[in-house]
Formats: sequence, C-alpha cells, structure tokens
Amino acid sequence: MQFPALLAIITLSLSGRRRHPLEDQPITRNLHPNGNQTNDQQLQSGTILEERYRIERVLGIGGMGAVYLARDTRFSATKYVAVKEIVAQVRDDAIRETLVINFEREANLLATVNHASIPKIHDYFTIGKRSYLVMQYIQGQNLESILDSTEGLLSVQQVVVWAIHLCDVLHYLHSHKPEPIVFRDMKPANIMITPENNIILVDFGIAKEFEAGQKGTMIGTEGYSPPEQYRGEASPQVDIYALGATLHHLLTGIDPRDEAPFTFSERPIRQLNPEVPIELENVVDSALQYNSADRFKEASLMKDLLILIARKGGIAYSKPGTAAIPQDYEVQPLWSFECEDEIRGSAAYHDGLIYVGAYDNNLYALNAASGEFSWKYACEGGIVSTPAYHARTIYFGCEDQRVYAVSAPTGRVVWTYQTEGPIRSSPIIRDRHIFIGSDDGHVHVINAASGRRAVKINGGSPIRSSPYVADDVVYFGSENGDIFCAEFGGKVRWRVNAKRAVTSSPRIQDGVVYFGSVDGMLYAIDAKTGWTLWRFRMDRGTISTPWLTDQYACIGSADGHIYCINLKTSKEVWRFKTDHQVSSSPVIYKDALYCGSADGSLYCLDAKTGFLRWKYTSGAAIISTPVIHDDIIYIGSMDHRLYALPA
Amino acid sequence: MADYLKKLFGKRDKAKTKTTVEIMDTPTVPTERVFSSQEITKPLSPQPTIIGSDQPEGRLGLEPPQLLASCAQSMGHQREHNEDSLFSMTTMLASNGAQSPFGLYIVADGMGGHQHGEVASEIATLTMVEHVIDQLYSNLFRVDSQPPEEPLREILHNGVNEAHNAILAYAPGGGTTLTTVVIMDKQMAIAHVGDSRVYSVNLNGALKPLTRDHSLVKRLEELGQLTPEEAAIHPQRNVLYRALGQGEPFEPEIITAPTPESGYLLICSDGLWGVVPEKELGLAIKNSDTLPEACQEMVDAANRAGGPDNITAILVRLPDNE
Repeated sequence: MQFPALLAIITLSLSGRRRHPLEDQPITRNLHPNGNQTNDQQLQSGTILEERYRIERVLGIGGMGAVYLARDTRFSATKYVAVKEIVAQVRDDAIRETLVINFEREANLLATVNHASIPKIHDYFTIGKRSYLVMQYIQGQNLESILDSTEGLLSVQQVVVWAIHLCDVLHYLHSHKPEPIVFRDMKPANIMITPENNIILVDFGIAKEFEAGQKGTMIGTEGYSPPEQYRGEASPQVDIYALGATLHHLLTGIDPRDEAPFTFSERPIRQLNPEVPIELENVVDSALQYNSADRFKEASLMKDLLILIARKGGIAYSKPGTAAIPQDYEVQPLWSFECEDEIRGSAAYHDGLIYVGAYDNNLYALNAASGEFSWKYACEGGIVSTPAYHARTIYFGCEDQRVYAVSAPTGRVVWTYQTEGPIRSSPIIRDRHIFIGSDDGHVHVINAASGRRAVKINGGSPIRSSPYVADDVVYFGSENGDIFCAEFGGKVRWRVNAKRAVTSSPRIQDGVVYFGSVDGMLYAIDAKTGWTLWRFRMDRGTISTPWLTDQYACIGSADGHIYCINLKTSKEVWRFKTDHQVSSSPVIYKDALYCGSADGSLYCLDAKTGFLRWKYTSGAAIISTPVIHDDIIYIGSMDHRLYALPA
Repeated sequence: MADYLKKLFGKRDKAKTKTTVEIMDTPTVPTERVFSSQEITKPLSPQPTIIGSDQPEGRLGLEPPQLLASCAQSMGHQREHNEDSLFSMTTMLASNGAQSPFGLYIVADGMGGHQHGEVASEIATLTMVEHVIDQLYSNLFRVDSQPPEEPLREILHNGVNEAHNAILAYAPGGGTTLTTVVIMDKQMAIAHVGDSRVYSVNLNGALKPLTRDHSLVKRLEELGQLTPEEAAIHPQRNVLYRALGQGEPFEPEIITAPTPESGYLLICSDGLWGVVPEKELGLAIKNSDTLPEACQEMVDAANRAGGPDNITAILVRLPDNE
C-alpha cells in the first residue's frame, strides 16, 4: 500500500515559493519572516512528551518549530497524533507574545469547534520555551502540492466537490457562537485532501473570532486576500473572497501570487478553462467581488449554488471515499464468532445476550460482552431475518416456512407456527402479537403466547419487508411493488404501487411513511391517505430500510451509495460511495452512521457530512444491518462471522 | 348558509367542548343573523373569532378541526399599479368519521421595472391554480378516490414550470415571484420562487419564516448597497435572482412538511414583510379578533409606514390538532 506524501498538519504560510511585491509592504506583515529557516533543535524520535506522546519523526519544519508524527502511548492500539511545536526564541518580545497568543488562540479555537473538516485537538502544553499542540493526525496532501503535481488542469467536477465542502466548513465557522470565526487564510496550501478525498482545513493559528466592526492586523496570504483585508478588516466575507481566489487558482491553474492583486476579473475563468460551466464562473466571480457587500452574504448561499451546479452537471458531490486507509486508528473487533454458514440477517440484543440467525439453519445466542456461545437452536432452513425479543422469548422466521418462539434463557422451543412460504420478513411485536410477512403473500398476526393465528392480511405477493405496526393499522411492502396500509382486520385502507418490489421496510415519522423500492426510489407517502408527497431517485434499486432522523433519511442502494436525503426538501444532502451494492440498512448512533456494503466493509461515516471516519473490512459481503448497544456494534458478514466492534 | 353555519357551530359535542366561541360583531357582518344554539346568542360574523374564550392557549376547539383563511391587499401609496396577485381556497370534507381539510393559497408579486408585472403575476397564479385543481384537487373528492400517481412535490414542480412557460408565452419580458402553499390535512407543501414569504405564526404571535428569499441583489439594493441601476446590470443577477418568466429554467424551492400543530400561516409579498417588522405583524395577528381584521391591520400598518410597494397578505388559521 502506498501512501501519498505525508504532510504536516500545519503548513507554513510563507513557503518562499514565490515572492510578490506586496510582501514588502508594511501592512502585509507576516509572522515568520524567514520561511525557510530551520530549527536545529528538533526533538529526536523516541522522545516522550508529557509521559504520553512518543515522537516518531518530523513531518514538517517551519520557522517557529516543527510538526511531528507522534504515537499516543496511552492507547494500546496504535494511535497516531500530530504534535505541532512552537519555539518562542525570537528576540522581539512583542512578536513572542503574538506567537504565544496565536498558539493559545489556535488551541482554544480548535477546542470549541467540532466539524469533520477541522482537525480535532487532543491536548496542549508548554515545556520551557516550547509550546505544543497535540492534534488529530491527518494523512494526505495539501491542495498546493496537488496543484503542483498535476499536469494540466484539475477536473472541474473535483473542484466543485471540494468547493462544496469548503463552503460547508466556512459556513460552520461563520455560524460559530457567540462570535463567528474568520479563518482568514484560505488558500490551497491550507487545505488538506485526505486519502479518502475528505478536505481538512489546517493552520488555525490566525483564525480569529470576528468581533463586528473591529479592525485587526493584516494576516493572510497575498493574492488570496481581499482588498479590505489589506485595510485590516476581517469579516466572514474575507474568507468567501479567499475561497473564490482559491477556486480561481484551482480552475485556471494561474497562481494569484504571481499576478497583480485583485485582477481576477482580467483573467476570466472560462477563457482559461473552457470546461468550466458559466454558472460556476458566475459563482466564483460573485465570491471575488471587490466590495465585500457584493459577495455572497453567507457561505451557505454559495454552497447551495454549487450544489445546484453539481446536480446539473451530474456530479456526485460527496465523498467518493474508496481508499482502504484508516484515519486515526485501526478498528479491531472486540470479538468475533464463527457460524457454519453466511450471516445475512441482523442480530438482536437483549440483556447481555446477542441473538443472531445464520444460513446454517441455527439461531445462536451469544454473550454480548465476550462472544461466548450460550445456546443454539436448529431449524430446517436458513434464517435471513432479525429475531425479536419479547417476554423471555425469542421470535424469528425461517426459510423452512415457520415462525419460531424459543425460550430466551434456555433455547428450548415454545411453539412453532406454519406459513405456506419461506419467511424473510422480520417479526414485529405489538400488543402481545407477532406481525410477520411470509412468501405466501400474507402478513401473519400471531398470538405471542399461544402461537395461534389471530388474523392474516393478504398482500397478494411475497412479503419480505418487515411490517410497521401503528396504533390501528399496519404498513408493509410486497414483492410486486405494493405498499399497503391495512387495518388489523385485514381491510386495506390504501395501497400504492411502486414500479418494482418493496423489500425495504417502511418507517414512519410525523405522519409520513418512508420506504425504498427496487425501482430505485425512496418514497415519502402521507400515512393517512396514501398520497405520495415526494420520491427521491437513486441510480439503482434498493432493499435497504431508511433510517430517519428529525431532518434526514439515510438509505443504501444497489448503486453502491449510502444516501442522506433532506426530508423537507427531498434533496440529497450527501452520498457516500462504497465499492459494491449496499443492501444493509444504515444505523445512526450518536453522531455516526454505520452501514455495511457488499464490498465486505462496515462503514462508519460522519452522519452530518457523510465523511468516512473508519471502515472495518470483513472476509465477505455485509448485507445485514448493524445493531448497536452500549457503544458496541454487532454486525454479521457473509464470511460466516458475527463481529463486535467498538462504536 | 344558515344550515352550513349551524353545522359548523351548532353541532359541537357539548360533552367534549364545553366552551363557547366568542363571536365578535364586526363591520362586515351580514344583516342576516343566525342563532345556532342557545349557547350562541351573539350574531355571527362570516369568520369565527380567532380567540376562543376559554380554550387553552387560544385554541379554537372547532369540531371538526378545520382551516380558516382570510386575505387583504392594497396597492400601497407609491405605486400606480397593483402587481400583486393572490388566490385563496379552503375546503373541508368530513365524512365517514374522517376529516380532510384542504387549502390552496398563492401569492405572486409581479416584478416592477418589467413590462406587464401585473400580467405576469396573474398568469402565474391562474396557471398554478388550474394545474393544482386539475392534477390534485379534482382527484380528492371522488367516490372511487385513489391516490394520484404523481407525488405532490412533482405536481407543484410542474405547476411552477407551467407558470414559467405561460409567462414566456403570454407576457414575455414579465417576471413574478410565485409562492404556493398546499395544505392537505396533516401535510403541507410549499413551492416557492422569489421573495414573497411564508411564515408560520404561533398562537403567541411569534413568526418563523418557512421560505428563503431568492433575491440577494434585490436585498442589497434595498439595503442601499446597490443603486437600482447597478442592480439592473449586476453581473450576478441571474445567479442570485430567481423569478418566474426570467431567464433560464430554474429549480423552484419545494418543501413538504407536517402542517404545524396549531397557529397560523402567513403568506405575503415583500410589500408587507419588507416594510412592517415581524414583531409588529405578530402583534397584529395576536391582538386581532378576527382573521379579516388581522389581515387588514397588517396591510394598514404597511401603508402607515409609507406603503412603498404593493401589499398582499393571506392569513390561514390552522386546525388545533390534539
């Protein structure tokens, strides 16, 4: 495996790469005038700071110190961090004070922000003249070196994708409370691209909370900074201009530091790069307006327009995170348990035990903490659905056409119930009754205690979706594409037909039913009337069940993506590309989304942005849905194993 | 009429709602007076009062829970034409133990400076009305009523596109905003282009905008950052300004959401929201006794503030859902 160049979390704002006449003007004072001056007192590898951080090697060197790769020895797992060092050895007291203030500002700023595109801070401390900032270690390459190493121009699609994420992080910073944070030094060198193609903003040393109307000292980088920054002003519009300048640079390949200041309008983007659509040129031009009032008022507005452009151009504008490279650390299973055949269904947790069915015809009960075998119950067919717990009993359906009730403590059978088709639907328990679909075309409602049928509801074709049981009706999908709202007595209140099978299980929130279909749509249907409110089109069909939050629905698709869709606007918020079909259903736990893929991995994504946090790769496809309890993820794989992973 | 009102007010389940809606006399009361039951001894206005006498939190307690709407419009003091259009339709089906309130409300603000602003707003409104009635409303009340195949969102989307094309065909050069609200019982949808606004207003009179203006350049102009001449030739006007009948096809903003549990929807043109502070609008709604009075008070407030633009307001009282 070959890593791209590993770069420091901080890049020094004056690399000395190019010189510009403006650099000599007093208003453009830079904090470290000798960009290439090295510090010969670097820490040796093996040095341990604070009895915790073992220096591995130097990642980068700057005028005021170095950035090191270090290992956090508090964790037995290999966890790398970046340690940024600032050596205050300048003679001028005022400058030294500025350095320390900047250092503490950076530490405190980073401590108060939480965004996937901003490095996490772990610690900071001072030893003598040296101050240290311990941060998330970010692998990758900065955009300046990507620009330098790219022959010709970068792809417009790629630039739009980055731009959307840059607007997102700027919007986050500018919305910071109580005061907006102005980054003030947006430029290619301060934008890291990770191997997963996530963007991370680095060097917050000069980011500043914006106090309205206040004039600050000029900090920034010539060529990327707007006119008012040269007058000492630093409003959020400063960042929008610098982002415009950065995008102009990325799209045209012309370095603004080589040109006279504020002359972007003399270099129309489309003259230099005919691939750029006019809408994109307009957006960049708006950001680059000379007067700050003429620019986008908010980065979110700019982001909306970029998303429109991405949509129009058919750009998948979220992370194509495909690289199999862990970020901060490697996830190791707490335990795994091997069955005799594939695990296609999801597990159920209850009271310290994990229950999971396998294609080897067994239902297993395992100790959730250790993975230790407790008991198993053998049926006569594969178990592909999720068991359910109710009153000391485990209920599950089997491809041998039966529903089983098995004692949870002992694994002895309590009753069985015969249907006329294989069962792939998962049981739902409500009011002491089991609701479960069968390939015989019915939803069977079974008395949980006796195992006798209360009623069966005809769906006309195999029912593999799991029913959603509301107060007086049940919702379920069928393989010929119908979604039903039926009364418990069997009377159908409404029926809507999708064009292909509805294997996905319906979910309900605020009176709206959401489900996916093999026709490639995520549907939103009024639960009361059956009126379709909207549908969202994916590139291929889905059998994944949507996960709903207040604002979003997340769902996997056979097109290989995990989608996040805004429920109000029915627009895509982000999508994440895996390497194969996603039949697994996403689960959001705390602020992370977990979902399996037929490419064999369980993915952990940032639920808000869709950025990859980590992935764990099993030996075969993962088509089941993770179950999470007490920070432990239980997930079965076609490699016959059930894994317990730390969430 | 009398029967209708009797039905509306007289047959309330007394055991359930032991309250009386306080009916206020207003200047618009018809001479015909209707007494629906012994409880109600005051004349009825065409609109019931906003404030229920002893319902908690100003709830109306109407049975069945229903939509009520009123509207007001004024040319303002400084324009010679009224370029705003509005449409308001409220219906109710209560049958077989179920209720289906339905509402369609539209505000369109023709663009000044363009030819035929008033024509554009009228064409857009009528096209949208025709489309929604044809595609949605006409399917609602049928014996064999089946849910339509087309999603609500797409019906509205197509309506906006048709309105856009109708302007291009019948009023070329004209432009308009178009804000459409459809309420179907527990769900509502808003299709929105331009800078008219939809607010949800709670029973305490707090306003919350549900739409986002599509007119940064115009706002900058209003803020004095750009002169009208500069705005007219501003290079970004196509990127930042969305309006029907102008330029390339565009993506209207369409949201679907549960109908708020209680309170109001206010749909208005910028002649109202741009002139009267939101707080004042909320107070006007909260302190008025009837919906028409509230609408009139809001429009009067805009005129008192100089009435620089045409003023349009539709105020919808939402059902109090338990």
